[in-house]
Amino acid sequence: MERNLTHIALFAALVAVLGLVPPIMLGSGVPITAQSLGIMLCGTVLGSRKGALAVLVFLALVAVGLPILSGGRGGLGVFAGPSVGFLVGFPVAAFVAGLVVERWSAPVALAAGVGAALGGVIVLYAIGIPGMALMLGKTLPEAALLIAAYLPGDAIKVVLAALITRGIAQMRPGALLSRP
Amino acid sequence: MLTLTSPVETPLHRVRAGVKLAGLCGFTVMLFALDTPFPLAVAGLLPLGLVALGGAVFAAHAGRMLRPLWPFLLLLGLWHWWTDDRVQGATIALRLIIAVAAANLVTMTTRLADMLAVIEALVQPLARLGLPPRRVALVFALVIRFIPVLSDRLTQIAEAFTARSRRKPRWRVLVPATLAALDDADRVAEALRARGGAG
Repeated sequence: MERNLTHIALFAALVAVLGLVPPIMLGSGVPITAQSLGIMLCGTVLGSRKGALAVLVFLALVAVGLPILSGGRGGLGVFAGPSVGFLVGFPVAAFVAGLVVERWSAPVALAAGVGAALGGVIVLYAIGIPGMALMLGKTLPEAALLIAAYLPGDAIKVVLAALITRGIAQMRPGALLSRP
Repeated sequence: MLTLTSPVETPLHRVRAGVKLAGLCGFTVMLFALDTPFPLAVAGLLPLGLVALGGAVFAAHAGRMLRPLWPFLLLLGLWHWWTDDRVQGATIALRLIIAVAAANLVTMTTRLADMLAVIEALVQPLARLGLPPRRVALVFALVIRFIPVLSDRLTQIAEAFTARSRRKPRWRVLVPATLAALDDADRVAEALRARGGAG
């Protein structure tokens, strides 16, 4: 019981801290931040339910006014902005990523990579793009075009999520809660 | 850690958090019902006036909080200038600015403790499903306490890496950082149990 609570709390804090890491600029000038990598890790390390709850706690703290979203953003304003769909999609992304690692008995790196890609990219974009289309008054293909610039960064994050999850499984086999 | 609440006291600081949040919901729904620039501009006078009440320092803070919107506004401007559909562009841009500004205004005038109290009230019905509000409050307090702790840990790990290697640490800090979070979680859980559990 207490362990569940503290795992949720510590991973919510980890996602917040990863938002403070300065973004790396890709060649295209699009900043990539470690925060969405943190969302993937919540799922692949903690598993579906606890991962999604950790992300929900993180979002609640963003909403109450802590500047912990990447770029020092926070408050209710971010939920009225164009990225609202991605914020709503974060817990779902973590849940899907965790579900894949839990249910698919493939090697950890493969399962985590596929989970991160399915949750953190496909499902996240499927929720984020309609949100952006709505807020900016664009059609779905137009909105998809606007965020295509983020795809290379997200592809890198999928690979990193797979490597990090495998690293944890190798160093501390019992620690990967998504693989009990 | 600093919150986004403004230290400048405005009349809005004295309004109850629940009232402000309900007002914000109503206002935002109304914004999405308006679809021409003129009524939107009139609606925008409300948050603008409320920001002006707070004085220059407060207004500058409100302006800074709108900064993340600029790339989107630039994009909208170029897009609608290109498609020659300026009225619609103005509508979308105005709605975006006003909605975000109004939401920021509520954040800037409500203390963290008051916002957390609203969340606790919102999760009250979940008590019947076996989730006491006390437990939710505990998780929130833990996260707020552990953000600076984990942030320091991340810096230490990066420094230790730089001491050993000429390469930049970059993503390599993330495995030890995640393990540190897992270890801390176990220790805090033991400490909680030793003190009578999470309730």
